[in-house]
Amino acid sequence: MKVLKPLPEKCIACHACESACSNLYFKEDNAALSCIVITESITYPDMNVCNQCQACVAACPTLALSVNSNGVVMINKSLCIGCLMCVAVCPTGSMHTSPGLQNPFKCIACGVCTKSCPADAIKIVVE
Amino acid sequence: MNRKLIAEFTYDLAPVKRGYNKRTLYINVGTKEIKAKPVSDMMIDKFVGGKGFDMYLMWHGVKDDTTWNSPENEICIAFGPLCGNTSYPGSGKSIVTTISPLTGIPVDCNVGGHFGPYTKFSGWDALELQGKADEEVIVFIDGDKGTVQIFSAPDEEINSHIFAEELIKEFADSPDKHQFVSVVSTGNAADHVNITCLNFSFWDKRRKVARLKQAGRGGTGTVFRDKKIKAMVVKYSGLKADTNNPVDLPTLQQTGLKLHKEIEAGDSTQCRMHEVGTAHLMEVMNDYDLLPIRNFKYGQAPEAIGLHSREFTALFTQGVADGCWYGCSLSCCKAVDNFKPRTGPYKGQSVCVDGPEYETAAGCGSNIGVFDPKDVVEINFYCDTYGVDTISFGTSTAFVMECYENGILDKQKTGGLELTWGNADTALELLHQMARGEGFGLTVGKGVRAMKAIFAQEYGADPDFLQDIGMEAKGLEYSQYMSKESLAQQGGYTLALKGPQHDEAWLIFMDMVNNHIPTFKDKAEALHYFPMFRTWFGLQGLCKLPWNDIEPANNTETDEPAKVPEHVANYVDIYKAITGKPMDKYELIRQSERVYNFQKVFCMRMGKGRRIDDVPPYRAVGPVTEEEYLSRSERYDKQLQDKLGVDPSGKSTAEKMQILRSYREDQYQQLIDAVYERKGWTPAGVPTLEHLHKIGMDLPEVLDVVKRYL
Repeated sequence: MKVLKPLPEKCIACHACESACSNLYFKEDNAALSCIVITESITYPDMNVCNQCQACVAACPTLALSVNSNGVVMINKSLCIGCLMCVAVCPTGSMHTSPGLQNPFKCIACGVCTKSCPADAIKIVVE
Repeated sequence: MNRKLIAEFTYDLAPVKRGYNKRTLYINVGTKEIKAKPVSDMMIDKFVGGKGFDMYLMWHGVKDDTTWNSPENEICIAFGPLCGNTSYPGSGKSIVTTISPLTGIPVDCNVGGHFGPYTKFSGWDALELQGKADEEVIVFIDGDKGTVQIFSAPDEEINSHIFAEELIKEFADSPDKHQFVSVVSTGNAADHVNITCLNFSFWDKRRKVARLKQAGRGGTGTVFRDKKIKAMVVKYSGLKADTNNPVDLPTLQQTGLKLHKEIEAGDSTQCRMHEVGTAHLMEVMNDYDLLPIRNFKYGQAPEAIGLHSREFTALFTQGVADGCWYGCSLSCCKAVDNFKPRTGPYKGQSVCVDGPEYETAAGCGSNIGVFDPKDVVEINFYCDTYGVDTISFGTSTAFVMECYENGILDKQKTGGLELTWGNADTALELLHQMARGEGFGLTVGKGVRAMKAIFAQEYGADPDFLQDIGMEAKGLEYSQYMSKESLAQQGGYTLALKGPQHDEAWLIFMDMVNNHIPTFKDKAEALHYFPMFRTWFGLQGLCKLPWNDIEPANNTETDEPAKVPEHVANYVDIYKAITGKPMDKYELIRQSERVYNFQKVFCMRMGKGRRIDDVPPYRAVGPVTEEEYLSRSERYDKQLQDKLGVDPSGKSTAEKMQILRSYREDQYQQLIDAVYERKGWTPAGVPTLEHLHKIGMDLPEVLDVVKRYL
């Protein structure tokens, strides 16, 4: 399974990963539209990203969520009817939505954020 | 299938605006007229949508003397402004109305499945079916192209589990698009008996079968077949998150997401809808002496352990998104996969069975003495596919079993059927007879009211006894809760406009268990508020279950936990977010009150709907037989002592029963007095002109009918 692995102990909370992600998928620099979410804290930052556990896949009523050959959960927007049930069942809060968006969005382990990270705090791994 | 095109109507496709299309579809299968009718602002203001539109259209479609099988009787199916949104759980309901063959007055059914939302998004706020076809037909609405067509229907198989699937495959554009087609159908029994239903399908993509949800009550399937309609089919492929065109999608989404999360967090410890649907109630009802046993004689039985919800959990396929419309995370419509019936024409075949839900498990299980869950599943399967209402079937079968027990019926009269308690084989044979149109099944399929008359007239049975044990009011069979110990629920059942169904009010815990409504005034207020609140779901195209079958974690700390205030606020929010119209919790009740009183007057127009019709059988009020009294003698003796000041010692059971009966029947009448006053009706049960003016339901046609009775 291909998955994004966050390393909070290395993270410097520069938020470059969020910019890279939202720019790639939504063409804007907006952390609210990023599939990876960095929340600063007094210890290491919290790095929230999908672990491809597939809990959302079972909840989807239209089979818009499926698992590709790399073990990554993908959203088929042509099948998605925007009910957001997947957002509610995600155990890690990694299926995202934004007010007014038709469909939810999530990390597909594309790795664009790893290239933007100056601290090597995110890796693509195959488990 | 080689079909002949009989009639065709083309219309312009246009997007829904803020929950409304502002037009309805009229189809006369007799004259073959198909047309669009505009929705006026008055209709929206006074009737809102859903059941309100159904009632308005039907009122103007029928005459005072219309009966269920008159050509002008209509089947109306409407959806409501909130129907079809994919954000808030329970938003895919259709409301079906017709003049019922069981009651002679309007019946309304709230049903899931995809037909309603797809028909709405095809361009229609309601659908009106009238006339009788001169040959078998199906009606096809193509919401992608903008056509309505009537086709000939030479199809041999009309039982729903097969027919719905065949039609979905026939009308879908390709095998990967079955989910865009939905079917309304019934089954063979609807050609022969009155206790029938309509099945509304949705294509289950995971199971790859047509699932069936029932517009169950009042014989809708019989009217459908009387019109020679075999099915209605709709196709719509464009569903998105904003197809209902809400004015404020973010608020709608956030309100829905809040409830999704509440369900995810709370369902497994509250009602377990995900796991077992409404069948979770089985042991709860049995524990509280509320589960109907042997024609509502008792509320509890040791054998009911056999129908414990864990038995159904084990039969239902787990971990599947079982919503009857998209976005319903409550996911209560469970199914038994790969079930193999042991009787009937589908014996040994592998089928998917929707349910059993609580009503079916109680009605076709404990109430007829059947305690094997697989027997219940088989009865459920055949009821659905033959188009039989499981509630009326259960209550009617329980009635004949008690008649058999009392010698009113015997094997000679039943054509050899042994109608003993718990005889699942006989119950199934009754169903097969209904489908084949033969035997004693035809008598049972007439319903309890008709059977009471037949057994009295033809078999010389005591009509008073039959009245006492025959669990029907207004001609409709009771649904499956014991109301003997809850005066408020006795009213909830008997005052329900269409007949004794629990969808207007379910007050047993409030009244009997928690004693939150001790006075007549309290009970009357509850019998005003809850029927009005629940009516609102039917106006909007919503399901009741996400209102109080999941509760916020802090609900018990609120002022009025029985109303679930946070969820009421959700409904206000999503109504405003979709329609853009003002709304608060008071206007919500006023919307319902207008339609509720309109339906009430509609019943009066058709010859029922007054106090003389709000009469419960005594079985719903107290113990009819000595065995019932003796089974709970401690309770009843205590009531005689505490409430009436009567010392039960030294009195015979018959004497005590009579005293208790007089007391309970008097209590019921006092309750009705209080409720009518609260509802703005005269002691005869007629809405006053002042009340109709006050609530804004003073249309001339309404006042004309009311004046006949004042």
